[in-house]
Amino acid sequence: MIQAIVFLPLLAALVAGLGQRAIGPFASKLVTTGALFTSCALSWPIFLSFVTGTGQAEVVTVLHWVSSGALQFNWELRVDTLTAVMLVVITTVSALVHLYSWGYMEEDPDQPRFFAYLSLFTFAMLMLVTANNLVQMFFGWEGVGLASYLLIGFWYKKPSANAAAIKAFVVNRVGDLGFMLGIFGTFLVFGTVSIPEILAAAPGMAGSTITFLGMRLDTMTILCLLLFIGAMGKSAQLGLHTWLPDAMEGPTPVSALIHAATMVTAGVFMVCRLSPMFETSDVAQGVVMFVGAATCFFAATVATTQWDIKRVIAYSTCSQLGYMFFAAGAGAYGAAMFHLFTHAFFKALLFLGAGSVIHAMHHEQDMRYYGNLRKQIPITFWAMMLGTLAITGVGIAGVAGFAGFYSKDGILEAAFASGGGGVVAFWVGIFVAFLTSFYSWRLVFLTFYGKARWEQSEHIQHAVHDDHGHGHYDNAHAAHDDHSHHHDAHSDGTAGYHPHESPITMLIPLVLLSIGAVFAGIAFHHQFIYPEEGMAFWKGSMLAFDEHLMHAAHEVPLWVKWTPFTVMAIGLFLAWNSYIRNTTLPARFVAQFKLLHQFLYNKWYFDELYNILFIKPAFAIGRFFWKRGDEQTIDRFGPDGVAALVQGGTRLAVRLQSGYVYGYAFVMLLGLVGLASWAMVNFL
Amino acid sequence: MSGFPILSLMLAVPAIAAIACLFVGDKMARWVALGATLATFVLGCILWANFDIGGAQWQFQELHEGIFGRFNYALGIDGMALMLIMLSVFLMPLCILASWESIKSRVGLYMSMFLVMEVVMIGVFMAQDLLLFYIFFEAGLIPMYFIIGIWGGANRKYAAYKFFLYTLLGSVLMLIAMIAMIAEAGTTSIPVLLNYDFPVQMQTWLWLAFFASLAVKMPMWPVHTWLPDAHVQAPTAGSMILAGVLLKLGAYGFIRFMMPMFPDASGQLMWVVFGLSMIAVVYTSLVALVQSDMKKLIAYSSVAHMAIVTAGLFAFNQQGIEGALIIMLSHGVVSAALFFCVGVIYDRLHTREIDRYGGLAVNMPAYALFFMLFTMASIGLPGTSGFVGEFLSLAGIYEASSWVAFVCTTGIILGAAYMLYLYRRVVFGELTKDDVKAMPDLNPREWAVLAPLAAVALWMGVYPESFLAPMRGDVTTVVARLAPAKPAGDAHLAAGKPKAAEAHHGEAHHAGGVQ
Repeated sequence: MIQAIVFLPLLAALVAGLGQRAIGPFASKLVTTGALFTSCALSWPIFLSFVTGTGQAEVVTVLHWVSSGALQFNWELRVDTLTAVMLVVITTVSALVHLYSWGYMEEDPDQPRFFAYLSLFTFAMLMLVTANNLVQMFFGWEGVGLASYLLIGFWYKKPSANAAAIKAFVVNRVGDLGFMLGIFGTFLVFGTVSIPEILAAAPGMAGSTITFLGMRLDTMTILCLLLFIGAMGKSAQLGLHTWLPDAMEGPTPVSALIHAATMVTAGVFMVCRLSPMFETSDVAQGVVMFVGAATCFFAATVATTQWDIKRVIAYSTCSQLGYMFFAAGAGAYGAAMFHLFTHAFFKALLFLGAGSVIHAMHHEQDMRYYGNLRKQIPITFWAMMLGTLAITGVGIAGVAGFAGFYSKDGILEAAFASGGGGVVAFWVGIFVAFLTSFYSWRLVFLTFYGKARWEQSEHIQHAVHDDHGHGHYDNAHAAHDDHSHHHDAHSDGTAGYHPHESPITMLIPLVLLSIGAVFAGIAFHHQFIYPEEGMAFWKGSMLAFDEHLMHAAHEVPLWVKWTPFTVMAIGLFLAWNSYIRNTTLPARFVAQFKLLHQFLYNKWYFDELYNILFIKPAFAIGRFFWKRGDEQTIDRFGPDGVAALVQGGTRLAVRLQSGYVYGYAFVMLLGLVGLASWAMVNFL
Repeated sequence: MSGFPILSLMLAVPAIAAIACLFVGDKMARWVALGATLATFVLGCILWANFDIGGAQWQFQELHEGIFGRFNYALGIDGMALMLIMLSVFLMPLCILASWESIKSRVGLYMSMFLVMEVVMIGVFMAQDLLLFYIFFEAGLIPMYFIIGIWGGANRKYAAYKFFLYTLLGSVLMLIAMIAMIAEAGTTSIPVLLNYDFPVQMQTWLWLAFFASLAVKMPMWPVHTWLPDAHVQAPTAGSMILAGVLLKLGAYGFIRFMMPMFPDASGQLMWVVFGLSMIAVVYTSLVALVQSDMKKLIAYSSVAHMAIVTAGLFAFNQQGIEGALIIMLSHGVVSAALFFCVGVIYDRLHTREIDRYGGLAVNMPAYALFFMLFTMASIGLPGTSGFVGEFLSLAGIYEASSWVAFVCTTGIILGAAYMLYLYRRVVFGELTKDDVKAMPDLNPREWAVLAPLAAVALWMGVYPESFLAPMRGDVTTVVARLAPAKPAGDAHLAAGKPKAAEAHHGEAHHAGGVQ
């Protein structure tokens, strides 16, 4: 069963990718989408068996992989609660994204390649979450990185897409450096890369010390931190986050699947999978919590200022991943996984909703040129509305709420209950909840409310002026990065454009994900974060589920439970006040706090900083080594110098031109003959 | 199989064909060369099939004493030699196919040179006599000179000269060292010498003399500058065989001679190797980043990969050495494939300038797919051959020193940067240039070269056991030989006071490197 779930997408990817000429685009789409729906249908029973407590953890060995001395690992598929949660998240979102792409990518000439990449990604992600050893996890880890690279750069004619694709791969490799060193260190310390064996032995290593790069360090701390660097790369945490916003260059279904619901949560999954290791080091947990909280805060501040609808959601993702990490840092792994689970539904929903808006708006992504769309595309509007209610965590404590309400409040309560640094993280989380509400409602209000501002959009003007112009996804994007906005005659701001609701293949996924965004929290919160049910649910998955912490989390003071709702309401009010009631307010605010706005709008200048610190120097040093090192030092004093000494430079040059190759070969032969003669003379 | 001189036959087939090629017409020469290399490949497969894994260390031995005094004709292979012979005989027919159309002048001589090259390459791996080894080892240079010097690019004379100067200098020192070894041990038999304990003082000198020669062959920084020039000037198949097999001779010398014959010196001087390897990984990767010539870029990346091989070998443990051997095989396949990928478009446009291309994904989709696969294999994506070798050797290096492992692992970042940057400029982007637009996708001959290379790169990545199994015993022998000289790793794991009372103390025993 699990073999089918994992390998069907691979098979479909190969058929669609390599056989597209033979079977045609329609069959390619059918094969991949069919495979994913099959995987999805097989995954839910596994998940539900763990929910009802009948599921048993198992490991299926597929093939021997490597054995070198004590370093041995197989291709294995592990199924337990933690994997089952990921299985349903991955296969469900992936299946729906496949379906959605039938509509969204309809006019693209390269659809089989797109669907093959999507299925390939799903396979790699499934290999990652079913890994029973660190190396297979790394296989999945790099596999999703490859798929992400290919999909970000899917429109490969766009220079910006190519740059974003390389950036994503290379920045992730920085994280992988940590991951690889972490695996090496773990093998050195434990003598195995098998995850269950490592986790069983980890408590015994607590307090031991090891030398790393000349520093004497606590063993478990350094191992966890190295592995966590990998998680930071994949999950776009502060410092290694710069690739994620740029990854929005990829088609929107990709953003929903890879850069919101699944791949970017791999880091959180890894920390949860290895939670017994992290439990042995307070320092490592503290770092995880700190990085999570910092990312959470950073990304939310940037999200409040962006105009591109996808970038707002991308920063929102980054920020929500921060929540998951600080939950893990606080020891509330169940809460981290719960937020991962609910977030997958509502964030995929928001991205696909945004895709539907972009589709309706003729590839315009700038929210400044949206407005008043709720009547034009009502289903998209309601889907986005439900997604926003979920992400902002609307709900009434003790009664009912949207998905994000349960998971986010679970995180905040657990952080508060864990005490110490957790309380700081709690307050950061509260502030970010306020920002989340503000930027999410800002997005909804700018897009769906107010007056239509479409006429200023180049894309819309194109659509109005040449009606057939849908075909050029890539060209249209590349050419019109800078908008020259001339006003049209239409006084209603629509430029005479009529947005259309998306086709049915795009609406079905929106509706299904809306169900998840509404009910995923209320349906499963007992299993994920309640103390007793949680213990039963997570047993056999090796997750370090802390029953006491979850008890404490449920018994926090009432004000702790109500604060998230309160700040959500404040954020909603502020967004309404700024973008519906008093629309000049944002501009006045920006004028007032110009520096702050610039700082946030330019994403804290991380890209500029890295460019100066790493990219430019790498090229400069490379050129220096090449010209000054190889050519002007090694060659000058090496072969060229020898030549000059022996023969004088100019004469040599002439000789070289006149073909000395035979001469050299002749010298070699002479040497060999000499050797043979020597051997004969000496030994005869 | 016992008694049948299959190794001699494998030398004889290409040798006879080499002579034949000189006397038949151009068209015929191609077919003769292809037939002979394929026949040798089939013999190689028979050899592999009959190799007894876990059996005697040396198999298929042939010995004819006293042909030139005590200069014996002694052949025999162990698992490592078997794998490198397989690499050579596998690449050879592909090289012939790669030159099928691009070589137009003096085809007979060209094919003859390649066949001679095949003889000496597999001869190197078969030789069990020190002097026989030396002859094969140095004779390999002669056909390479001709290939670069006659069928090379515009600046071929300079490249051939540089190649000559570097390698000659080193090999003179190695020859002197070999003579000294024979004088000391009184034998030229490699199996005997492998277990001979040279005096420690002498080992150092011998080690340095061998190192001078092998470091050039690897090539290691700073004696690597001949390689980019040689590659740039060599014809496509010349680059394939240079990167595919000739670069492995240096590493083979390390593991066959220097490490087991001079274990004490190897232990003392490992820091020289580590130091140069660390510099090479970072230095040549950065240089590769700024290249505008495709072949130069791949040549520099080869130096970086070979640096991980040397560092892995000198980790002195099972993972490090097995990993290094797998990188050798993997790099042999992948870099040959990458050079062929360059050759495919060079044949169409006659330039190696990266900026002259762009947008090939549009008109050459099959090519783009293969090129992507080999790019990924080169940067060590798990599931491809590159990963297995890199991962094992770096894991081994980490056991020896976290510093060396850290610096060498940065190669995975830089490697991704320069390869993807190359791929982007050649394959992605807008297809604007008219002459590039006119380039057709792969023809059947090119498919026939790339498909087997791709299959092997994936096979080695998914199930490397096929390749590791024959070499395991030999590596264990080398590791055991090196064990007394091996310094402790820098980890110094020390048990602390565990949190939980029922702590597993057992794990502390793994301190300082697990075998």
